[in-house]
Amino acid sequence: MSNNVMVLCEHVGKRVTDSTYELIGKARELAGAFGGQVEVALFGPADLAEQLGGADVVVNVDDPSLAEYVPECYERALMHVLGEREPRLLLLANATIGLDLGAAISVSWQAPLAAYCVGLAAEGDTLVATCQILGGKIMAEVETEGTKAVATVVGGAFPTEPGQGSGSPEVVTVSVPDLGSVRMSLTQTFEAQGGDVDITSVDMLVSVGRGIGSQDNLETVEELATSLGVPLSASRPVIDSGWLPKSRQVGKSGLKVKPRAYLAFGISGAPEHLEGMRSAELIIACNTDEQAPIFEIAHYGTTVDLFDLVPAIVERVQG
Amino acid sequence: MRIVVPMKAVPDLVEEIELTSDGSGIDREYLKFVLNEWDDQALEEALLVKEAGDAEVIAVGLDSDPDIEQALYAALAKGADKAVKLTGAGEAPDTHARAEMLAGWLGDQGADLVITGVQSPDDLDGQLPPALGARMGLPHVSVVTSIEAGADAGTVRVRQEFSGGRSTELSVTLPAVVGLQAARQSPRYAPISRIRQMMQAGGIEEAPLSPASGTSGLRVRRMYAPESTGHAEMLTGSPDEVAAKIVELLSARGLVKG
Ligand SMILES: Cc1cc2nc3c(=O)[nH]c(=O)nc-3n(C[C@H](O)[C@H](O)[C@H](O)COP(=O)(O)OP(=O)(O)OC[C@H]3O[C@@H](n4cnc5c(N)ncnc54)[C@H](O)[C@@H]3O)c2cc1C
Ligand SMILES: Nc1ncnc2c1ncn2[C@@H]1O[C@H](COP(=O)(O)O)[C@@H](O)[C@H]1O
Repeated sequence: MSNNVMVLCEHVGKRVTDSTYELIGKARELAGAFGGQVEVALFGPADLAEQLGGADVVVNVDDPSLAEYVPECYERALMHVLGEREPRLLLLANATIGLDLGAAISVSWQAPLAAYCVGLAAEGDTLVATCQILGGKIMAEVETEGTKAVATVVGGAFPTEPGQGSGSPEVVTVSVPDLGSVRMSLTQTFEAQGGDVDITSVDMLVSVGRGIGSQDNLETVEELATSLGVPLSASRPVIDSGWLPKSRQVGKSGLKVKPRAYLAFGISGAPEHLEGMRSAELIIACNTDEQAPIFEIAHYGTTVDLFDLVPAIVERVQG
Repeated sequence: MRIVVPMKAVPDLVEEIELTSDGSGIDREYLKFVLNEWDDQALEEALLVKEAGDAEVIAVGLDSDPDIEQALYAALAKGADKAVKLTGAGEAPDTHARAEMLAGWLGDQGADLVITGVQSPDDLDGQLPPALGARMGLPHVSVVTSIEAGADAGTVRVRQEFSGGRSTELSVTLPAVVGLQAARQSPRYAPISRIRQMMQAGGIEEAPLSPASGTSGLRVRRMYAPESTGHAEMLTGSPDEVAAKIVELLSARGLVKG
């Protein structure tokens, strides 16, 4: 057992992700409190260690099977590294890799897992996590029992800067047992498809959620978008239903937008949606549920029914 | 191919969520429960796999989940071949307990593929698909948006999604566990009349579970609604009045000509 806090490094191509820096920053604080170091597990080529100046130690596993993310390869490698390094705490981003591995590591490594973390603190030897559940409507403050734990952290919960140190961490190389026996392999990768408009580069967005009810109803908000001369974006369910193309999706698995104004209609404000739009300069939300979490981050809100409000705005804009 | 779809009933997020008076958990008594929306996606994808080839789809639920029968009858009405309610699950089991109990039952079911929702909104201790995969020693992939027959017998091709809309395709050897993010098409609706027929036919089987022995290792100190430090300023009045205020906010920023 050590008092170290380990972060699993995620990278897209040759670039370490922001969420990794968010975790390293938090790991610095927690490792300080536990009296340990910040270790970053880096799978694939070691040259990315240059971007990990916020770590004390980079634990590198460079096996050809780890060049790309293959869930079972990563899981086995991570279990091996955990066995070798015995950290106090493992931090994962609550995105695809964390959703894939978090609970599996919790079961196999026999450590409690706190999911959807937006807060983490050390109280003496105890790790206390604040987790956001039920679509962001409820927060749960939990203690993890025992002397090791895993936490999956919501994107954007912590700042990136504290994790972007410029030190030169020690690089420790670990080799993993043969990964030849894994039962899955990567056959293709698909880059994101561009769309007719780039919703990340406009001043204002009219955004629509499941509250719109049906594809036919989209006309209402389309009219508003047209009269404002801005594109329509949407939450995931609208995209999954095939009502708008994927290039219009805002959120965790869609695009991150930062317009000067974001008008949200019939969007509840699930954490996965907020991840994509919380830094918009002005957020105005329309939702008939006064408890909807979108109101926690919106600057202005209204519980007027969108089907009454949208035509009224259109009328005013068209004058 | 035998596909098992574990389903869970969760609080309906459109409703107000009440907490117990000591603040240690949610008050389940008056809550409305609905099928976890991602389990609905999982069932849809299972039915698509069945329609594309030769598969048997078995929907399962735990008796601890309020109104789970409703979801099981709906699954039958949509085309599942069998629905099983597992009994003895205890009160409100967490993910770790669910995984342990389901793994116990799945042990002798001969399932080739277990497909369940990528997450459920109350997964405080993590998501079911990886927990189940690890428990059963099976390969598992989550955040999946399609499952199709693989190039080799005994494999499937799954598409796994990442942030920003990137995705990969993996070839996975069966048996395996998959966490479904979104099916290839919107979940089908089952006509109420057909669900009623299923209820009248009483087609849900029951099977006992061995209770879970492990714990999640989490101790909840308190639950609370988010503290509204940054709550939106609410615009009230008639739709027209609210519209006027919104247009004013936008024109003050030069975003509309007011
Ligand atoms: C791995 C993963 C990735 C995800 N990625 C994304 C992502 O990139 N983007 C994303 O958006 N989601 C994403 N999600 C899904 C996310 O969890 C939520 O399910 C989704 O954001 C909910 O969309 P919504 O707010 O439109 O729908 P709901 O949560 O169903 O909300 C609809 C809202 O409309 C309101 N409403 C209903 N009628 C009216 C009316 N007449 N007038 C006004 N309001 C009304 C309701 O009160 C409700 O709050 C992801 C989930 C997972 C697991
Ligand atoms: N899980 C879902 N995924 C995508 N769309 C959905 C889902 N559930 C409901 N919808 C859509 O949202 C609308 C309102 O749903 P509901 O309020 O559940 O009746 C329906 O017209 C559905 O098409």
